[in-house]
Amino acid sequence: MTDLDQLESQSVYILREAFNKIDRLALLWSIGKDSNVLLWLVRKAFFGKVPFPVVQLDTGMELPEVYEFRDVTARDWDLDLVIEQCPPESEMDPTLPPATRAAARKTEGLKALLKREQYQGIFVGIRRDEQATRAKERVFSPRALDGVWDFKDQPAEFWDHYKTRFAEGTHVRIHPLLHWTELDIWRYSKREGIPIVPLYFARDGKRYRSLGEKNITFPVDSSAANIDEIISELEITRTPERAGRSMDNETEDAFERLRSSGYM
Amino acid sequence: MTTPVSEIPASMRRQARIVIVGHVDHGKSTLIGRLLNDTQSLPDGKVEAVREMSRRRGMPFEWSFVMDALQAERDQGITIDTTQIHFRTKQRPYVIIDAPGHTEFLKNMVTGASSADAALLVIDAGEGALEQSRRHAYLLHLLGVKQVAVIVNKMDMVEFSQDRFDDVSAEIRAYLNEIGVAPGVIVPISARHGDNVVTRSENLPWFKGPTLVEALDAFKPVASEDELPLRLPIQDVYKPDERRILAGRIETGRLRVGDTLHFSPINRTAKIVSIEAWNRETAITATAGQSIGITLDQRIFVERGHVASLVSQRPIESHRLTVRLFWLASNPLTAGKTYTLKLATAEHRVSVEKIIEVLNIDDLTAGSADKVSRNEIADVVLHSRSLVAVDLAIDLPRTGRGVLLDGNDVVGGFVVTQADAVDARNLQRVEHAVTPTERSRANGHHGAVLWLTGLSGAGKSTIAMGLERTLFERGRQVYVLDGDGVRQGLNGDLGFSPEDRAENIRRVAETARLFAEAGMIVVTALISPTREDRARAREIGGAFFREIHVAADLETCESRDPKGLYRRARVGEIPDFTGVSAPYEAPEAAELVIDTGALAIDEAVAELVAFAEATTALKHPRDATDGPGDGI
Ligand SMILES: Nc1nc2c(ncn2[C@@H]2O[C@H](COP(=O)(O)OP(=O)(O)O)[C@@H](O)[C@H]2O)c(=O)[nH]1
Ligand SMILES: [Mg+2]
Repeated sequence: MTDLDQLESQSVYILREAFNKIDRLALLWSIGKDSNVLLWLVRKAFFGKVPFPVVQLDTGMELPEVYEFRDVTARDWDLDLVIEQCPPESEMDPTLPPATRAAARKTEGLKALLKREQYQGIFVGIRRDEQATRAKERVFSPRALDGVWDFKDQPAEFWDHYKTRFAEGTHVRIHPLLHWTELDIWRYSKREGIPIVPLYFARDGKRYRSLGEKNITFPVDSSAANIDEIISELEITRTPERAGRSMDNETEDAFERLRSSGYM
Repeated sequence: MTTPVSEIPASMRRQARIVIVGHVDHGKSTLIGRLLNDTQSLPDGKVEAVREMSRRRGMPFEWSFVMDALQAERDQGITIDTTQIHFRTKQRPYVIIDAPGHTEFLKNMVTGASSADAALLVIDAGEGALEQSRRHAYLLHLLGVKQVAVIVNKMDMVEFSQDRFDDVSAEIRAYLNEIGVAPGVIVPISARHGDNVVTRSENLPWFKGPTLVEALDAFKPVASEDELPLRLPIQDVYKPDERRILAGRIETGRLRVGDTLHFSPINRTAKIVSIEAWNRETAITATAGQSIGITLDQRIFVERGHVASLVSQRPIESHRLTVRLFWLASNPLTAGKTYTLKLATAEHRVSVEKIIEVLNIDDLTAGSADKVSRNEIADVVLHSRSLVAVDLAIDLPRTGRGVLLDGNDVVGGFVVTQADAVDARNLQRVEHAVTPTERSRANGHHGAVLWLTGLSGAGKSTIAMGLERTLFERGRQVYVLDGDGVRQGLNGDLGFSPEDRAENIRRVAETARLFAEAGMIVVTALISPTREDRARAREIGGAFFREIHVAADLETCESRDPKGLYRRARVGEIPDFTGVSAPYEAPEAAELVIDTGALAIDEAVAELVAFAEATTALKHPRDATDGPGDGI
């Protein structure tokens, strides 16, 4: 087994555990590189099928290329796509810094969705290497009724025995890609030929390294115009992946506050 | 110094997972921050950010803030939860796992350490090995982390004294030896100042051993588990189309298309027909670590929790396990309590039969106790009513360990040190005050389940009732569970979907089994059209079970049509009618076939009576220990 096979196999194991143990499941699809890999792994795990709804939390602020990619892929892969409109920024916590407040719209959209659809498990394509509070996550991360992440008291998780039993009304975030790195994602996408939103490839000296809404995400300097060049770039870069994400860098605890109240 | 992945040989691409453990404040988080910095692995801006965080809290530069990401962690200066970070040396990529040292957070330490290939045990040179240093070392051993290097930190606080280093080394070496861990190397460093982390230090001229990074690179890659006996715990069964795919991850060993697999604890075998995959060339072999799907040549009843092995190297099947466990919950474990045991994908209800002893982590002596409290390690005997397929941890760690759940939560982990093997055909499930032998002796015959299967109209109910009358008149305890009858009561909530039909049969089988255990001869009369469902009934019925095919061809049955059902099925009024619009899978190895097409009713009954009498007769009327269900 290669290192990529091993990553794939672990993710497939996690997906199958969740599918067996948890009744109402959905997958959050941000349409970025990670959640595309996640969808691909779902098809691996379930022999070509995606046996649960795929949800896009839509703020209306994604770039046009993202919407186009969404519609084509949803059709080609026969996805049960749910588009959840997020509430407006004016309804967010005014004490949050501006970009963080914009990002919080997705948290609220997710809460509304959970309440309505009563999902018990939500797949999210986050990775430990993206961000320091994500590095503290469990693979199966239980959430209180209001979506709050109690990071000071997380369940024991070892030997691949995950927390799959919950009190009524609570839910779990499932993170099948937690152990992958950004470089792994690209090497795997290349190996498998997974479709990619073209915004990741450099044009005029800039590319998106992390894809988010157009008001709070910015392209970074890069000349990597295809997958191979991206892989070479990542092998030497020291710029953090989320450098182009405004909300990560507003205050020391901005992202922690966002996540503990239910952000992905 | 960051080395591009492309320059790393493919064999070395696989990450080494290293956990950093030790007593709180001995410098684990600091060491990691320093290591990342000195190997130029920190992203741009990180050092400035840490400087700013330290300044804001009125502290000198605090390396531990690199890893301690949570506000609460920085404010209190302790690591609360485990975290992971990637970095690379010239030799290979690493995942470094920081584990909290505070007793309060032992479950987080276990979470982090359980996935590691090797560990660094960090000990403060001034303080030596304290309680958590020892507990962590012991847990590493239980968690299966075999390679351990010891890091003696804060050498700057003891004037880089060789004597002090030697004392601390000798103490920890003795301890590790006693618990069966061979320490690789013992390395003196100062994490805060960077001595001997990446570069050799002038402050430690007497030390000729490796730097911390060299010690990391000296860890051996984990050995392949392909050569061990095959264990494939079944995770789920999928039916994406006409295929019936058993999904699971190979924990150890390898398999190949054509191999005959044995399934524990149900004691069935079948051959692998294919290894299924999506968007990948079809393979004919698979090895340890792979999540796979397979199809079999027979529709045997396999479900999540069953373990596939090769016939010659099967797991132990046991009701009684002796385990060494570590307890993580605030409610103590006590004798008599029940928990859910999870072992690979299987779950069993277990009760604590007894607590053998609780270990004193300091001096490694053991003493008897009536409870196991949080963070303690103990030897305990667990009893399961259902049969557990298990290995000894010493032979196969992955299938020789598991967790206990109390309600919704994992409350402890264990490794299996002993398992009393049970012969699957000779189990004692429940200890009744009346033994099966006594019941048989009182009745003058054994209990049995006579499972009649056949098409509608084949004569199942008719000959079942004939049998019941005859046996009753001879003084036998006998009762017929008729399909139509149970559907009005016990199974009144079930319809005719495939799931409901299967459940109908399962319930009848369980009920029949209880009757048989109570000493009765139970006759069931259900069409039970699929081999899979009947195989399941046979598993439930165990040694009581006899399959009797009441055979008559479709034409004969249809011409009899006592209830007018065939006629209605033919005109489409009854969907999925067995024989007309749904298949009937005739038994391949029934214990008895009665051809009601060729026999008259009383002839057929007589044949069945003879079979029933022979099956349930006491061969040794005085001890009555020989019958079909005896000892079950
Ligand atoms: N003098 C000195 N202090 C150290 C050294 N390593 C860590 N420390 C300090 O010890 C304290 C605890 O360190 P930390 O990394 O949080 O310990 P942990 O609980 O093991 O993760 C911090 O104040 C560190 O600055 C060292 O090598 N020398
Ligand atoms: Mg720490």
